[in-house]
Amino acid sequence: MDLNILWFILVTVLFIGFFFLEGFDYGVGILLPFLGKNDTERRIIINTIGPVWDGNEVWLITAGGAVFAAFPNWYATLFSGFYLALFLILLALIVRGVAFEFRSSDRSPAWRKFWDNMIFLGSFISALLWGVAVTNLLQGVPIDGNMQYVGGFFDLISPYTLAGGLTTLLVFMLHGALFLSLKTEGELVERARAVATKISLVAVPVVLLLAVLTYLKTDLFAKAGAAAVFLLSAGCLLIAILMLRKGREGWAFICNSLTIVLFTVSMFWAMFPRLMVSSLQPDWSLTIYNASSSPYTLKIMTFIALTMVPIILLYQGWTYWVFRHRVTEKHLHY
Amino acid sequence: MSELLLARWQFGITSVYHFLFVPLTLGLSVLVAIMETMYVRTGNEIYKKMTKFWGKLFLINFAMGVVTGIVQEFHFGMNWSEYSRFVGDIFGAPLAIEALLAFFIESVFLGVWVFGWDKLPKQLHALSIWLVAIGGNLSALWILIANSFMQAPVGYAIRNGRAEMTDFFALITNPHVFYQFPHTVLGGFATGAFFVIGISAYKLLRKKDLEVFRKSMQIGLIFGLISVFLVANVGHLQGQHLVETQPMKMAAAEAHWETAKPAPFAVLAVVDEQNQRNSFEITIPRLLSFLSYNNFSSEVKGLKDLQAEAEAQYGPGNYIPPVSSIFWSFRIMVGAGTCMIFIALVGLYLWKKGTLETKPLVLKALLWSIPLPYIANSTGWFMAEVGRQPWIVYGLQRVEQAVSPSVSAGEILVSLIGFTIIYGVLAIVDVYLLVKFIKQGPEQPTLSNHLESNGKGVSLWT
Repeated sequence: MDLNILWFILVTVLFIGFFFLEGFDYGVGILLPFLGKNDTERRIIINTIGPVWDGNEVWLITAGGAVFAAFPNWYATLFSGFYLALFLILLALIVRGVAFEFRSSDRSPAWRKFWDNMIFLGSFISALLWGVAVTNLLQGVPIDGNMQYVGGFFDLISPYTLAGGLTTLLVFMLHGALFLSLKTEGELVERARAVATKISLVAVPVVLLLAVLTYLKTDLFAKAGAAAVFLLSAGCLLIAILMLRKGREGWAFICNSLTIVLFTVSMFWAMFPRLMVSSLQPDWSLTIYNASSSPYTLKIMTFIALTMVPIILLYQGWTYWVFRHRVTEKHLHY
Repeated sequence: MSELLLARWQFGITSVYHFLFVPLTLGLSVLVAIMETMYVRTGNEIYKKMTKFWGKLFLINFAMGVVTGIVQEFHFGMNWSEYSRFVGDIFGAPLAIEALLAFFIESVFLGVWVFGWDKLPKQLHALSIWLVAIGGNLSALWILIANSFMQAPVGYAIRNGRAEMTDFFALITNPHVFYQFPHTVLGGFATGAFFVIGISAYKLLRKKDLEVFRKSMQIGLIFGLISVFLVANVGHLQGQHLVETQPMKMAAAEAHWETAKPAPFAVLAVVDEQNQRNSFEITIPRLLSFLSYNNFSSEVKGLKDLQAEAEAQYGPGNYIPPVSSIFWSFRIMVGAGTCMIFIALVGLYLWKKGTLETKPLVLKALLWSIPLPYIANSTGWFMAEVGRQPWIVYGLQRVEQAVSPSVSAGEILVSLIGFTIIYGVLAIVDVYLLVKFIKQGPEQPTLSNHLESNGKGVSLWT
């Protein structure tokens, strides 16, 4: 296996980590204003992700850095091409990040409501736009022979990419609701369960729509492997819903996590060996070869990444162990 | 307005804004770690109070540093895509390593520290704030390795139309890093120290929580004096290094137009950039020769000769950066640093004598010295980055070659306005919160007792 392929896999792994981990804290953020009936409940909800959301977000920063280091042309074309979309995501991440720290720093109910809304808005926009971004990558965008994006902001929005956005939004919300049902107590658990059931009912037709549009608009189903993983991902969602109905939130959470992991895998698998599909001419697509760093840089980075990622998984995993208990009123920071 | 100008404005605003928060993160994290270590070693509750009070202020600042840092990372791809293509092979590596090696540690263990107060053994809890501090300062190292490549490229070859890495070891042992990293990090330590000194002075003036703020003042003064003293010394060595490697930047910082042997040092000057001369100046003979080479009679090249050399090497063009603004930012930085040394010396002397608290004027001066490190940090970075113009990578790529061709002026303008408004609002909120918690003091680091919680006790910290 050459290093370009290895780095494609590593970047995929980083995005899997990001969507899996930030997925539930986006979901928790979106559900915050709806599930928390009073200030204490809202604090408990925020505190379920309090110790971990910042570490989760580093997966995105690392993914960005890894794309820059391993595939600089991808980094350049993607971020200059999706300019306004990325600007919106950055705004969302800014207000969301400070909102966690700021919201409990003042007693005024209006202040708290404002920052709670910012947590909601930041999580909502991010969750939606990541789906739009991923489906755009797969579907193809106007890229010319010089690797320059020649479209505008509205070229990124189509029925297919909106279906992609809705899918990530709903799956992350379900992810968050299931996470809350595992991390809270009493009435909140009941509410989290109820909302998870509601979300799952909406999610099924949306995922079905996404599957149909993916078949029509992309070449994902031309690849047996990618198609199988995609369908497996949808299957996991169904099992997650089934488990939820049986009242087994732990299994539901695991299955929904698999939905996210497998969905990400199928998207990247379908793209491989392309990184960005050109809708103008197939030859103009960015690939893991024409967009990559030199073999020397890839070698150095491989050595560092393969050493560090297991260590990161160890200590980050340990923090989830430390904070494994359900959050109660006695242990709040935010 | 052109895409180039707008992109430059956006990068400038984001960088300066980001760097308002980063130095305090670097310094205050170490100070909080020291305080908690003292708590673990002595068991004295005063140190615990200190840790929590300064820790709360640290967290408010930290959040701002993180969110502006994310913007900074993606800026290179958004506005400077041709730069990213040209040097991504080299520049991307330290950014990715920073995330893998430093930022993960910092963020993960910050969560552990904030939420682990009553869940972890004391030693492990103190270790987590040390890991936050080490992670943060390691981050700075990798970012400065990246920046140093822009200032003084090493370990590369131009191949396939871009700069490709040939020697990773050369990249991380870039001599430029050995000056820039300690200078920046020590500047951060000084920022943290003066933040603690100034706020402690404010509290001592108001005779509030005397035990907590006496100890804080002591730690701040010692840590601060060492930091500023070292930062000045490293800065001097860095200047001498730059005379060799980026002579144009240093000549601009001195408004030194004509090659001279020996060269005088201009204390003040009115720079006439159009006619390439100083219309007025106050100079000290031979001093620039000495500052540059430790020798009162050495020759120091002037901007005009350096421009001629650059033209011979790189072709026609203007290679002289904006002299006047660099000249003044350099002097403001050095001036602020000198004030800090003086203030820290006076403060420490009076504290040793035990009379600091009886001198309200000195305490007020200590309070009002909080902005000094911020001024020094900002002007220092201004000089480092503007002094590199017209290059984005010294001698390899010019700024106008680096801008994204696919991004329109309208798009940059929208994001420029968006970011600026958000930054402005958040800065106000941030200061509001800092002032609020400073006024509130360490007795009530939490709002827990006042929360509406259906009659049940809710605690914020423990």
